[in-house]
Amino acid sequence: MITLAIDTSTLVLGVAVLDEERVLGEVTTNLKKNHSVRLMPTVVSLLQELDLSPADIGQVAVAAGPGSYTGVRIGFTTAKTLTWSRNIPMLSVSSLAVLAMNGIRFPGKVVPMFDARRNRAYTGCFRAKNGRMEAVIPERVGSVDRWLKELRGEGPLLFLGDDVARFRDSIVQTLGNQAHFGLPGENIPRASHLAWLAYRMYKEDPRSVIQAAPNYLQMTEAEAKWLKANGVNKDGSSAH
Amino acid sequence: MLSNVISSQMDVHRRFGGVVPEVASRRHVERITDIIQEALDQADVTLDDLSAVAVTQGPGLVGALLIGVSAAKALSFSRGLPLVGVHHIAGHIYAAHLVKPLKFPLVALVVSGGHTELIYMPEHNRFERLGRTRDDAAGEAFDKVARVLGLPYPGGPEIDRLAQKASPVIDYPRAWLEPDSLDFSFSGLKSAVINDLHNRKQRGESWEPAEIAASFQASVVEVLVEKAMRAVKKTGVSHLVLAGGVSANQGLRQALTARCEQEGIEIYIPPLQLCTDNAAMIAAAGTYKYLEGRFSGFDMNAEPNMPLVE
Ligand SMILES: [Zn+2]
Repeated sequence: MITLAIDTSTLVLGVAVLDEERVLGEVTTNLKKNHSVRLMPTVVSLLQELDLSPADIGQVAVAAGPGSYTGVRIGFTTAKTLTWSRNIPMLSVSSLAVLAMNGIRFPGKVVPMFDARRNRAYTGCFRAKNGRMEAVIPERVGSVDRWLKELRGEGPLLFLGDDVARFRDSIVQTLGNQAHFGLPGENIPRASHLAWLAYRMYKEDPRSVIQAAPNYLQMTEAEAKWLKANGVNKDGSSAH
Repeated sequence: MLSNVISSQMDVHRRFGGVVPEVASRRHVERITDIIQEALDQADVTLDDLSAVAVTQGPGLVGALLIGVSAAKALSFSRGLPLVGVHHIAGHIYAAHLVKPLKFPLVALVVSGGHTELIYMPEHNRFERLGRTRDDAAGEAFDKVARVLGLPYPGGPEIDRLAQKASPVIDYPRAWLEPDSLDFSFSGLKSAVINDLHNRKQRGESWEPAEIAASFQASVVEVLVEKAMRAVKKTGVSHLVLAGGVSANQGLRQALTARCEQEGIEIYIPPLQLCTDNAAMIAAAGTYKYLEGRFSGFDMNAEPNMPLVE
């Protein structure tokens, strides 16, 4: 069974092809270039290189966010249309969980981070369990300072992601020698990890559901403002 | 035309008083494959029956365009179908073709919330721009005046409805620009209406919304009709297409039809459901690019400012 994996949720463009648990090919770039222009040609050339046609793809795995809204949508829409048009399963995995996989050998907890601007980050706290990364503190988007304070006492932490460099001073200040940092190769998500996670999910439950929408981790500003103006909390309860 | 499925987001955006791009993009991702499936089902065809995939490449909201472009590329790749990127305005013009085959050369008046243009087409797939708006699109002016009048969004149809109930008693300005210009300008008119209402309020006068709507609409329609006729005369064509969301406007339809009859010009106006944005018109325009073998590569990008004339 061939798994095609697509990740365009950050600057990293990742495409990987696995035959069951064997990585056949993987392309990763970390460029400020347009995912919309480069994704499909990358998929096409990698499959060509591997002598595979669209009909050989057994399932498609996609990084479902959080991350760049536009980037996540490009990958998600591509995966959704590919799987719908070939009637094959689509599996989505959290983009943070994919990055956290790079720290699966780390004995403590792993904290992947994507910059969300204004000193905020998309992040979560993960720990290895049954060969994959499980969120021990749920994913969120929010203030980096508050997040770091919350992480005090969580033991040794491995921070992963290119964007971590931007917060490194505050991390060290708040967490001292409990903070560890990834190597360059560990700081970018691997589509092969994504493909493998999806393959494992498929093995456990082949009746995988095609998810309708990405996980942005936050509602749009317009919706948040509208709810506030109309006296409704984000969870739907009344504010009054 | 075998099917033409439209998943309108109007209800979602009405509460925001206009289209919110991020909300629109999110909604598109959720709906895209369901809508394609529905279009296939209604047409009673399968993916195996398709010969090509056409998609709006631009212009428009980049986030929204990207959903269509990404889906079209994936479909093109997975089913081995040629990919055709279509200009949104070309689509509007070809909407008329779905009702009655276009005859060339022709002039098209494309009026919508984003565009007011006069286009000359010597033959299929060839476009020359004769004129365009220098500021607001006609549809934009409609929406702004509607907002000042306190009408619900989208305001264009509301103004049209009100305008039927009164006569154009106020003489709002018409922007003719230079004597030979086929360009448009609606911001002056828009300001004139807003100032007029403001002044009346200051003086404590009331006004009849239907009269304001009728007078504003008369001004827009007169300029649109007159400039379309100038374009027809300048190019010597005998076919005129009216297209775009504002071509749903009854006042404009009636005035332009009457004038064309007078002048012996054959007019093409798509039915209402083909005037507003739809995918059948993109398929129609895409068909003629397909027939010329003008396919797009997988590196095609969404073009928010795509020029019509290549
Ligand atoms: Zn349009």
